[in-house]
Amino acid sequence: MANYIGSSLKRKEDRRFITGKGTYTDDIVLPNMTYAYIVRSPHAHARIKAIHTDKALAHPGVVAVFTGKDLQDDGVNPLPTGWQITDSMIEPPHPVVAVDRVRYVGDPVAVVVAESRAAAKDAAELVEVDYEVLPAVVDATKAIEDGAPLVHDEAPNNLSFTWELGDKAATDEALSKAAHITRLEIINQRLIPNAMEPRSAIGDYHPARDELTLYTSSQNPHLIRLLMCAFVLGIPEHKVRVISPDVGGGFGSKIFHYPEEVIVSWSSRKLGRPVKWTAERSESFLTDAHGRDHYTVAEMGMDEDGTILALRVNTIANLGAYLSTFAGGIPTWLYGTLLAGQYKYPHIYVQTKGVFTHTTPVDAYRGAGRPEATFVLERLMDTAARELGMDPAEFRRKNFIPADAFPYETPVVLTYDSGNYEGSLEKAMQLIDYKKWREEQAKARNQGRLIGIGISCYIEACGIAPSKVAGAIGVRAGLYEGASIRVHPTGQVTVYTGAHSHGQGHETTFAQIVADGLGISPDNVEVVHGDTAQIPFGMGTYGSRSLAVGGSAIWRAVEKIREKAKKIAAHKLEASEDDIVFEDGKWVVKGTDRALTLGEIALTAYVPHDYPEGLEPGLEENSFYDPSNFTFPFGTHISVVEIDPETGKVQILRYVAVDDVGNVINPMIVEGQVHGGLAQGIGQALWEGAVYDENGQLLTGSMMDYAIPKADDLPHFEVDRTVTPCPHNPLGVKGAGETGTIASTACIANAVVDAVSHLGIKDIPMPLTPERVWRAIHGK
Amino acid sequence: MIPNNFEYIRANSVQEALQLLSQKGDGARLLAGGHSLIPAMKLRLNAPETVIDISGIQELASIRRDGDRLHIGALVTHRTVETSDEVKSSCPVLSEAAALIGDPLVRNRGTIGGSLAHCDPAADYPALTLCLGAEIEATGPSGSRTIAADDFFVGMFETALQSGEMITRVTFPVLGKGTGAAYEKFSHPASRFAVVGVAAMVTLDGGGNCNSVRVAITGAGPSVFRATKVEQALTG
Repeated sequence: MANYIGSSLKRKEDRRFITGKGTYTDDIVLPNMTYAYIVRSPHAHARIKAIHTDKALAHPGVVAVFTGKDLQDDGVNPLPTGWQITDSMIEPPHPVVAVDRVRYVGDPVAVVVAESRAAAKDAAELVEVDYEVLPAVVDATKAIEDGAPLVHDEAPNNLSFTWELGDKAATDEALSKAAHITRLEIINQRLIPNAMEPRSAIGDYHPARDELTLYTSSQNPHLIRLLMCAFVLGIPEHKVRVISPDVGGGFGSKIFHYPEEVIVSWSSRKLGRPVKWTAERSESFLTDAHGRDHYTVAEMGMDEDGTILALRVNTIANLGAYLSTFAGGIPTWLYGTLLAGQYKYPHIYVQTKGVFTHTTPVDAYRGAGRPEATFVLERLMDTAARELGMDPAEFRRKNFIPADAFPYETPVVLTYDSGNYEGSLEKAMQLIDYKKWREEQAKARNQGRLIGIGISCYIEACGIAPSKVAGAIGVRAGLYEGASIRVHPTGQVTVYTGAHSHGQGHETTFAQIVADGLGISPDNVEVVHGDTAQIPFGMGTYGSRSLAVGGSAIWRAVEKIREKAKKIAAHKLEASEDDIVFEDGKWVVKGTDRALTLGEIALTAYVPHDYPEGLEPGLEENSFYDPSNFTFPFGTHISVVEIDPETGKVQILRYVAVDDVGNVINPMIVEGQVHGGLAQGIGQALWEGAVYDENGQLLTGSMMDYAIPKADDLPHFEVDRTVTPCPHNPLGVKGAGETGTIASTACIANAVVDAVSHLGIKDIPMPLTPERVWRAIHGK
Repeated sequence: MIPNNFEYIRANSVQEALQLLSQKGDGARLLAGGHSLIPAMKLRLNAPETVIDISGIQELASIRRDGDRLHIGALVTHRTVETSDEVKSSCPVLSEAAALIGDPLVRNRGTIGGSLAHCDPAADYPALTLCLGAEIEATGPSGSRTIAADDFFVGMFETALQSGEMITRVTFPVLGKGTGAAYEKFSHPASRFAVVGVAAMVTLDGGGNCNSVRVAITGAGPSVFRATKVEQALTG
């Protein structure tokens, strides 16, 4: 019997993806379908004085034109936010379509529905909106100043919340006694996710059945159904089916409940016809929730011998114009709690101000708070080591949480499940030959060349989250995962999972688990995801939770199937249940060669002529798994860069990633995820960054301006692993989807600064473009 | 990404293209490789009433050397310039520069005539054309004329082409003994257009002195320009 867990099986889903046979939302064409085009605000802040729709309505092919008032008058509620950060958090309404004021460039103002996409777009140009343009503010540090333009009248100083964690007094005191304090001012710039598939949604209302189907490119269809039915439209959930078919990447940006999902659903109910909307790439830039955008002042105090005493972090987080679904949680709970990193030190205090600005809403983007925390901490570690005259690897080693200290409770709430930080640092240093590169660096400096070595030791909290903990920290949802396994009479299996795959390869990874668990081939396992009508319930995919939580739910269902199968096997083999063991993929009478396969047992379950007394026929089990803790992947990344002193251009010479994601089901898929994460993290370090002008116009609104890394920009990645299983989930798995992004941004920034630190340079703000690096080198 | 409505016509010869241009007037645009015009149309920054597709005109797609002149048809793609043995031996800097344009998709579709006519302030070919002192052949209703590169580039997206004219050929000098040329480009990481691109051609006399120097810079102004002070400083 093959052991599929741990093998690099080729992805089952790739046959349809690489032959262009996937079914994405925009591929779906329904009879009698109409197309929506959304008129969006060209201003960051303006009062809507009037909207004239007559010309648009008269355009050939136009079916309807709706404004925000139409939705409001019909009882459509604002979009909810799902995470309450403080009791006093200010949560202004987020209208699906703006009514009297627009608050960012891209805010929906009107909806044109027509017989074709082209007609809808042509007619949208005929919608005339009278705006009274108002002053805008885009920078969160300016938005909290007195007298700044207000995004929402109910939020003075544009403040949604001030959140804090840790013991402030103890931290202040420890810092006051520190022998040395390292201080950094950090801008973690705003990023635009840019999933390959633009967002798309189709509302399909069937008047005679009073049923609505929403197709949407979402990472969590059940959550969308819950939010839209219960909060926005006030319609019963059992009359609504949400389907997220093939989804082409999300990176967090497709978690959230977006206005367009409501627009197509409500319009379809009004018109009795299907309504489709698909974002143009320009709309993706303007309206997919952005990521990061922090301004931080961080101070770390050490004693004489380099032992860390305390960390104080003050962050101003730009939330954009409205609170997106998880907006508040990202720069607070998913950020502050990670500030202990891999290090043992007693005091941490973090304060985050969540601030509204006239920009696109900001929410989770791959890593979601954890890359920001890692960036703060790892930039501090390198800077502190330099200031103390210590080698940065040595300084880290000195302060690591030792391998025998787990479970380890940090000063900021979390209890790390398992770890071996020394182990991954050691492995990464060996792989890259750290000592040799330090020598090379010294030689190069003598020749006027600039070589830098960057280290990033990271911790991630994933597998979000124990529901009890989620509730305690203000998440307005449980965070378990559901699974259902249906064994068919001939022994093939369909798995229904509440996790959602939008590139992660669940259809393969989950099939491998079930194959080993039930003694069948992965070819005989079909994984179904993304449909509320088929799957009991699910919380969806984000925060690297699918395998740790969703996979564990599947495993629990496997165990239930095995239990029932055992009863059937015992009956058929005329043995005691206690004598039946699952071995080599079969149910065997211990110590004999008498055995049954899943197929034989399944047939008995569905044709129960000769069957255990009192046992229900059929072979199908549900499970809901609520994790008992987060799980904590970790690792060390080391990079070597060379900078051209004449142009400031950074070239990556080596990149080594040693990650520990616990047990690995499919190493190829894990490596692929690490590669993708590295590309995104390195992209932030060197190229990416959303730029608004002072009026709130997005200057980086296209692929011609916003620099996403291309394959030939990136080096060969050297990826390796250590394995420290998660002790509290049945598969011993952690999570691999975000590690690359979390570690690599700080890793590259550290290397670049290391290359020029002998010139007296302490920091260069990201993205580390040639211009910025050149200016730093030449003091201009 | 849906353009405004437009009429599409395919022209099979220069003659036909010119007739269509004069017939359709200012609302018409020529489509060659489509890598500048189509994106602009999709963003509705450009909304021609008629698009005349000239990409199939075979007579404009060839490269020919004639003595010390290298003639490149207006519809020769960047990829063809990059890989042509004739270009590599006659004017290697052109091949080297073509390899730096955009990405493989752009290079397989984009044409030299299209790039010059579009006259993007950060495009690569204008710098090469100006530096090498190339000649642009423009053909209109009353026949062909030759425009020196020094007179061709007028401003941002603006050339000496008259309404009703199209580029049919670009003629470069074959670089002889004692003459060398190079193109250095600092690319924008997103678009791969030149943040700045510098093309230089130097001819040395027997004694190793610069007989002539031409330097052209793209990306750093509203249109390509010659760095005349640099040229003066290097000459002699």
